[in-house]
Amino acid sequence: MLIKRPPDIPSSEITDQSLYFSRREFMAAAGALIAGSAGRRFEGSVAAPGSTNRRAVEPSNRQSVDANDTPTPYEDVTTYNNFYEFGTDKSDPAKHAHTLKARPWTLRVEGEVHQPRTWDVEEILKDFPAEERIYRHRCVEAWSMVIPWGGFELGKFLKRSEPTSFAKYVEFTTLHDRKQMPGQRSGVLPWPYVEGLRMDEAMHPLAILVTELYGKPVPSQNGAPIRLAVPWKYGFKSIKSIVRVRLVREQPLNTWNVVAPHEYGFYANVNPAVDHPRWSQKRERRIGELFKRPTLLFNGYGEQVASLYAGMDLRKYF
Amino acid sequence: MTQAQWIKRVVKPLAFVASLGPFAWLTRDILTGNLGANPVERITHFTGLTALTFLLITLGITPARRLFRLSPLIQLRRMLGLYAFFYAVLHFTIYGLDRTLFEGTGLSFRSIVEDVGKRPYITVGFTAFLILGALAATSTNGMVKRLGGKRWQRLHQLVYVAAALGVLHFLWLVKADVRQPVAYGLVLVGLLATRLVYQRLRSARPAAERRSREPTPALESS
Repeated sequence: MLIKRPPDIPSSEITDQSLYFSRREFMAAAGALIAGSAGRRFEGSVAAPGSTNRRAVEPSNRQSVDANDTPTPYEDVTTYNNFYEFGTDKSDPAKHAHTLKARPWTLRVEGEVHQPRTWDVEEILKDFPAEERIYRHRCVEAWSMVIPWGGFELGKFLKRSEPTSFAKYVEFTTLHDRKQMPGQRSGVLPWPYVEGLRMDEAMHPLAILVTELYGKPVPSQNGAPIRLAVPWKYGFKSIKSIVRVRLVREQPLNTWNVVAPHEYGFYANVNPAVDHPRWSQKRERRIGELFKRPTLLFNGYGEQVASLYAGMDLRKYF
Repeated sequence: MTQAQWIKRVVKPLAFVASLGPFAWLTRDILTGNLGANPVERITHFTGLTALTFLLITLGITPARRLFRLSPLIQLRRMLGLYAFFYAVLHFTIYGLDRTLFEGTGLSFRSIVEDVGKRPYITVGFTAFLILGALAATSTNGMVKRLGGKRWQRLHQLVYVAAALGVLHFLWLVKADVRQPVAYGLVLVGLLATRLVYQRLRSARPAAERRSREPTPALESS
């Protein structure tokens, strides 16, 4: 496995001590720019693309951007998650996902592309070797993990199919097969699960297609054989066991938004200033910890992604 | 042994111990670290579900007495109701810790106040908890005497409200899978329906017959 750590994406990796201290200095220098409760005031205050957006980070949040983002144990990552295709309890996926057949598997890329293609997942693994990306993962339910994914940039993958100039959004679809996914026999969600990203979000280097977890093929319960990881958005955006990627002109549907539009938006950017109607998003419990920590705007990836949302009302487009 | 004695001396102690079962499992899982990746969430859900279950069992006593002509079952009702409150206390305690101490922001009750005021599922859950507290506090024989049987009974009819709010609390907190809360709701509706049916039948029967068959009033002899 090729372990490559892109130097231009500091927050996406575990911060070692030297980096930790240099970040401290960096943040201190930036101190003057930091607004009080910036999450709230963030709207329209984003710096120009290319520059960093330090305003978005609350001063009190800084320490946890830097400190102890220790990877969550493999055991917890693989036994505690939501994957309603295998049941609605967070222990269900680990218990029931053995029915999923991750091979053979095809992934169809279609829609507004010049080169539609049906990939065999083996071809993908060959053409797009996995590089390790250690991401914070923030569930909309206010728990979080630090997960060593292995994967490749979604943008590079999409470019292979040469998106047309009409491609404005990307729509992803999970496998729909009641035999392999017994949870789909219930009407809990409309199946298949669908998700979407805006084109510029999809092309962002932090957005990856995941094929590995902890250096091993991603297990069935975590979305084998190929899933998405969009670390600045709530976990439900990171769709699992993908069979189709369609580039489209209009904003696609996304399942949770269809089910409960006032609770789950299309953007679903991690944002401590916008509460879920039924619980606060200000803080989160990192799995393995008793005391909660502050939730960071864009899950702490604001430096990299805030410019995507310049001028947008993040309360309206939650 | 008469039926009543049998229930008092055998069934009741057994039920007492059995009702401690969920608490024992929970304690064992806490001590052995067997609560999964998110222990606080697990404990919260488990104690909440157990409290609601006990509440429904408690409400099942009266229909069971009538159905099986087992009036002495009344001797279990107060105990089971108090167990419902016991698990509700555990539920509220772990929730309270989660929203105060475990917030990691110093001890403040702001989160709870905010929850109760802003989040309907907490509002109804908290109300149900307060009702159960009032019922538990007035559950002694002394309190029955002090309040007078009629007033006491009217007060304790709030248990229906508590149960309904408990189910609503459950229904409103799930994300999409309403099957379990709906099942609890149906059981509750069923238990309430038996009471209505019984009242209909009773009012159709002559008073003399009623007196001879009626279970002794709600009070448990002790």
